[in-house]
Amino acid sequence: MANPTPNPTANPTAMTPQAYLLARGRWHPLEIAFWLATLLPFILFPNYLSLASQIAITALFALSLDLILGYAGVVSLGHAAFFGLGAYSAGLFSKYVWGEPFSGLLVAAALAGLLGYATSFIISRFRHLPLIMITLGLGLLAHEVANSAHWLTGGSDGLQGVRTEPIFGVFRFDLYGKTAYAYSLAVLFIVFLCARRLINSPFGLALRGIRENWNRMPAIGADSRAHIRKAYTIAAIIAGICGALLTQTTNSASLESISFQRSADVLVMLVLGGAGRLYGGLIGAAIFMVARDQFSGIAPQFWYFWIGVLLVAVVMFLPNGILGGLSKIYAKWSRK
Amino acid sequence: MLPPVFGVLFDGIAYGMLLFVLSVGLSVTLGLMNFVNLAHCAFAMLGGYVTVTLVNIFGWPFLATLPVAFIAAAVTSVVLERLLYRRLYRASDLDQVLLTIGLAFISVSVAAYIFGTIQQPIATPAALRGSFEFFGIGLGKYRLFLIGVALLVTLAMVIGLEYTRFGAQVRASVDNQRMARGLGIDVDWTFASTFALGSGLAGLGGSLAIEIVGLDPNFSFTYLVYVLIVVSVGGLGSIAGSFAAAMLIGISDIAGKYYVPELGAFLIYMVMVVVLMWKPAGLFGKR
Repeated sequence: MANPTPNPTANPTAMTPQAYLLARGRWHPLEIAFWLATLLPFILFPNYLSLASQIAITALFALSLDLILGYAGVVSLGHAAFFGLGAYSAGLFSKYVWGEPFSGLLVAAALAGLLGYATSFIISRFRHLPLIMITLGLGLLAHEVANSAHWLTGGSDGLQGVRTEPIFGVFRFDLYGKTAYAYSLAVLFIVFLCARRLINSPFGLALRGIRENWNRMPAIGADSRAHIRKAYTIAAIIAGICGALLTQTTNSASLESISFQRSADVLVMLVLGGAGRLYGGLIGAAIFMVARDQFSGIAPQFWYFWIGVLLVAVVMFLPNGILGGLSKIYAKWSRK
Repeated sequence: MLPPVFGVLFDGIAYGMLLFVLSVGLSVTLGLMNFVNLAHCAFAMLGGYVTVTLVNIFGWPFLATLPVAFIAAAVTSVVLERLLYRRLYRASDLDQVLLTIGLAFISVSVAAYIFGTIQQPIATPAALRGSFEFFGIGLGKYRLFLIGVALLVTLAMVIGLEYTRFGAQVRASVDNQRMARGLGIDVDWTFASTFALGSGLAGLGGSLAIEIVGLDPNFSFTYLVYVLIVVSVGGLGSIAGSFAAAMLIGISDIAGKYYVPELGAFLIYMVMVVVLMWKPAGLFGKR
């Protein structure tokens, strides 16, 4: 390899952008450990594989929001619109066309991407409060459409009659969620690799630049709006894939998949884990889902009390989420 | 005899007035202080529960509870403002959204814990029950009362902000904080009291709303959407704008539910998205 080897101990600001991105793109041992740990549920918690599969799907959804919120600085309160579109289109595809899962995934991704591309022209025109309000409005509109198109989506009864065929015609979706988890985890890993590559590319760097200064980036040749449009469409595609995964692994699609609650939850997870970090959404989703599983068994309505307390605490004391806090401690500790 | 469309219009106006009282406080805090307060309807809900408790448990007359609801919401909001909000005045939109969504979540759980998840019943005084016949249309007495209260609130707000010393201080603090400080205006105190007034109005709105839309722990979120729509359509910080937007949303929501019920809430969301795309700062927004 003829790559110029950057000196990792050097001050990152002294590196060339190429060297910086190359250094970021290298795999840290902790990352490898993280992905190996995702295989543990197969051995340690064989009774919780359905939950593990839900976590993998939600983690991917949080990653998709991270692309636009954490990296590009686009706050969205309506991201569930794409999740729901993916969920319903995968469900309808398996109901009316055929039940092969991968093609369903692609169809859902394509449709969500189309909607994302169409709305990205609106999104990229606004910033700050009007942006938050417009994403909220579009999310609520999507929910109303799904609710009122009762003949297609089943409305509040949910979509019935979804049948997903075995993967490769061999691996059935079993009751214990073994196939479901393997499938969701594989998709999560593949999409994660793509997102990781994207973030460590010049495009990803430009997105971070736009987040920090919307007006200055066009001056150095990165059109803010065009970049936001691309990032938003990509995030929509990933969200569509998540929705499709949920439909295929549970064989149902409901209004819950497109609700404001889902948009808010994913925002909470991402912020809890740490926005603007690749693993922030994944860690946040894992903690959130496990905690919800444990707490809501006791008293479902108080689950949100703790979420609220957590949110206030994170905003007040941990502005960069759990990962941000950890990396601060790590930086302090390694300097000693 | 008047055709039923006037009855729908009357209900729409009354509903719009209610939305106005609920949202004008948020419009003021958002526009004047630039703070995205998604917990606004939690203060409204607090007012509602204060009224319900006083009427049903302590046997107070309904009207006497309204000022208490106002004060309870205002005092609570000032405590929170001093403890939490104040630190985030300069933070990003996202941090403000997260903090206040967190508070709204807490309010829902606490209300569910204390009062249960059922709808709260309320007994309004006999004088406000029933309706007048007016050329063949039933005008609900309570709705007339609501319209009267909302008009009084509007008048008080306009006079308070435009013609008093306090209003001048608020406007000065908003236009140029540093200059206002330089002139000896206590900007912190001005913001805190503005915030208290806005939240107090929300509390009043919450009490008035029980008779029309009911009260349960999800109030914080159900009406948050309506309030946000009114504020963003009307334009931040504009009282006239909030008034016009509340009328627009109130009438179109009631008319939509009456004439095209299958559309559901589609119509008002559509109104909001279209208005915002056309004018991101709202109908009467300055920025």
